[in-house]
Amino acid sequence: MKLGFTEAEEAFRVEAATWLTAALSGPFADVRGVTSLVEMPERRREWEKYLAASRWSCIGWPAQYGGRDATLAQQVIFAEEYARAGGPPRLNHLGIELIGPTILAYGSDEQKARFLPAIANGDHIWCQGYSEPGAGSDLGGVRTKAWREGGDWVIEGQKVWTSLAQFCDWIFVIARTDPESVGSKGLSFLLVPMDQDGVTVRNIVQMTGESEFNETFFDAARTDAANILGEPGQGWGVAMALLGFERGVSTLGQQMGFRNELDDLIEAARANGSAGDPVIRQKIAQAEIGLRLMRYGALRMLTASADGGSNPAAFTYKIQWANWRQSLGELAMEVLGQAGEISDAHGEYAFSRLPHLFLYSRADTIYGGTNEIQRNIIAERALGLPREARTRAK
Amino acid sequence: MRFAFTDEQAMIAETATDLFVGEATSERTRAAMADGSGRDVALWDSLSGTGFVGVHMPGDVGGSELGMVELAIIAEAAGRQVAAVPLIATQAALSALHADGRADLIERVLGGQVATLALAGGLAPHGTIADLFLIEQDGGLVVADRDAVDVVAGTTMDQTRPLAQVTLTWAPIATLSAKALDAAKHTGWIAVAADALGGAQACLDRTVEYVKERQQFGQTIGGFQAIKHRLADMMVEIEQARSAVYWAACAVDEGAEDAELALHSAKAFAADAYATCAGAMIQLHGGIGFTWEHDAHLFFKRAQADRTLFGSSAQHREAIAQIIGLGAIAA
Repeated sequence: MKLGFTEAEEAFRVEAATWLTAALSGPFADVRGVTSLVEMPERRREWEKYLAASRWSCIGWPAQYGGRDATLAQQVIFAEEYARAGGPPRLNHLGIELIGPTILAYGSDEQKARFLPAIANGDHIWCQGYSEPGAGSDLGGVRTKAWREGGDWVIEGQKVWTSLAQFCDWIFVIARTDPESVGSKGLSFLLVPMDQDGVTVRNIVQMTGESEFNETFFDAARTDAANILGEPGQGWGVAMALLGFERGVSTLGQQMGFRNELDDLIEAARANGSAGDPVIRQKIAQAEIGLRLMRYGALRMLTASADGGSNPAAFTYKIQWANWRQSLGELAMEVLGQAGEISDAHGEYAFSRLPHLFLYSRADTIYGGTNEIQRNIIAERALGLPREARTRAK
Repeated sequence: MRFAFTDEQAMIAETATDLFVGEATSERTRAAMADGSGRDVALWDSLSGTGFVGVHMPGDVGGSELGMVELAIIAEAAGRQVAAVPLIATQAALSALHADGRADLIERVLGGQVATLALAGGLAPHGTIADLFLIEQDGGLVVADRDAVDVVAGTTMDQTRPLAQVTLTWAPIATLSAKALDAAKHTGWIAVAADALGGAQACLDRTVEYVKERQQFGQTIGGFQAIKHRLADMMVEIEQARSAVYWAACAVDEGAEDAELALHSAKAFAADAYATCAGAMIQLHGGIGFTWEHDAHLFFKRAQADRTLFGSSAQHREAIAQIIGLGAIAA
């Protein structure tokens, strides 16, 4: 057990930090410090390409597809330095972190050659088509259907909560390809181009007033028959495996964002004097502890997966960070008091970082598997308790 | 960076678990509780014999030359069985003696003697059976033999770790530096946190086992979401406690800059997690969990003892508040 880094790894840190600082204070100074997922999408698309040109876009990938075969320690260091340098949210997060690794694991050689370099170099930005109006926590309730017609798959249906669909080139879709099937059987995992008449994207306005989620409609949308990952009818297994990649190294970058939020809160508490309140101090200290433990939980998970195994911390990580962040939002409002409830955006319904966090973090315990679903998963898969009775009308 | 046990550490964990599961049985622990000592003498001899007591001491004084990670592994295994042994304070005292190079006193302890540690304002765990007393005084520690202290024992809620009021009445045999006091605290905090981690994990494991057996309404109660979700929440706390304990242990072993923060985090978080899990254990066992016969109360009481030993959770969080720059408490 060792937490420190070697000299060679520290040298890599300097190399990464130097490059990132130069890029984000030079040609990409304008995207430095951006925290919103929807701000400056075009510049952030260029940023993806700029990262790729120096092979920084997906360092953990194999070199033949645009990566660097980086070790776990190097990936951890890069994620931390990226956040420290003020790098913006990665527009191609879903491509690099989710669909890329899934194609590496399940794709044919042709699919790897076709899709991976385009993700690595920023040409293809990806989004996710899982949830539907009638299939949220119960993903097996998917009703979007697809069938073969000539050399194509044809897709009909509706997806929802497709983050960033308005900026994306490709979407991965779970669709029912066996019309007689129910539940997790008879589903297929399709890769579908967004730029076609059969695909329509409509914004959803969130309770924060912004729009980063969408509804995506498929009306006789088409994709090449070869664009299926795994066998027809075996899409559920691929879809679940993809979710397993969600707890990768990018969680460390996400944590650096949380660090900035907690630092803002501490600053606000010092500024308005509430930092001297014994009760507030206890809560801020608890938040500090929770954030630190997130890092070490992630390092346990990442070490285990680099060794080809898994760690129990992977089961609890989602609830851990979601609860932490929601509590931080609530603590922020306690620190700010009534002043936090009034916008400084001159007539616009927009709030500064901490009040925004208070609103936004209500989503954290819902998306990516609600806390209730997470608890079922922990109880059934980690603790071996009996499965919930599941009934489904056909 | 590799945040997982080495093969050697995994082996120590296995050996320690086997030892405590084999020896620290409910029957033997209850015998040690009943005689008022809180010490299973045969188990204490085994721990001395295997080198577990001096796991963190150098080889030239008879230690095992390992570090805080290994010490935490052993304390975790002890906590899992709520073992009745004076391990935590003895190991904390050893760290203080080592910091000031008192090989003579270390040899006494490694020879099988029990040491205890009374921090300012605190009681001495296992004070009634201790041979060597380390008492916080004037920013450092004084070391006294039994005949130089007045020991007043009270009936203690946690009978696996009886507490005593200790007063120095005669000349101490040594005084130790502030550095030694810090070393005692650091080891003590890690050991308590690891004890709490092991205890919390046992609460979860034993409760999971129970709800898989217990039938009500024509089914095992482990199938009810109200039960499953509460157990899942216990696991969420425990996995964080595990990260906390081994982060702190590594931070001390590696001399990391954030060691102080890690120690306070581990002590506060793990002890609180234990208290939560032990309370849930009683609740999810229902009536049987409230009986003297069931072991749930052993965990519940030890959890409370872990929370207050060597500083309360609130005190540790206040220490963190100061480290992260919140300034002073407003008057």
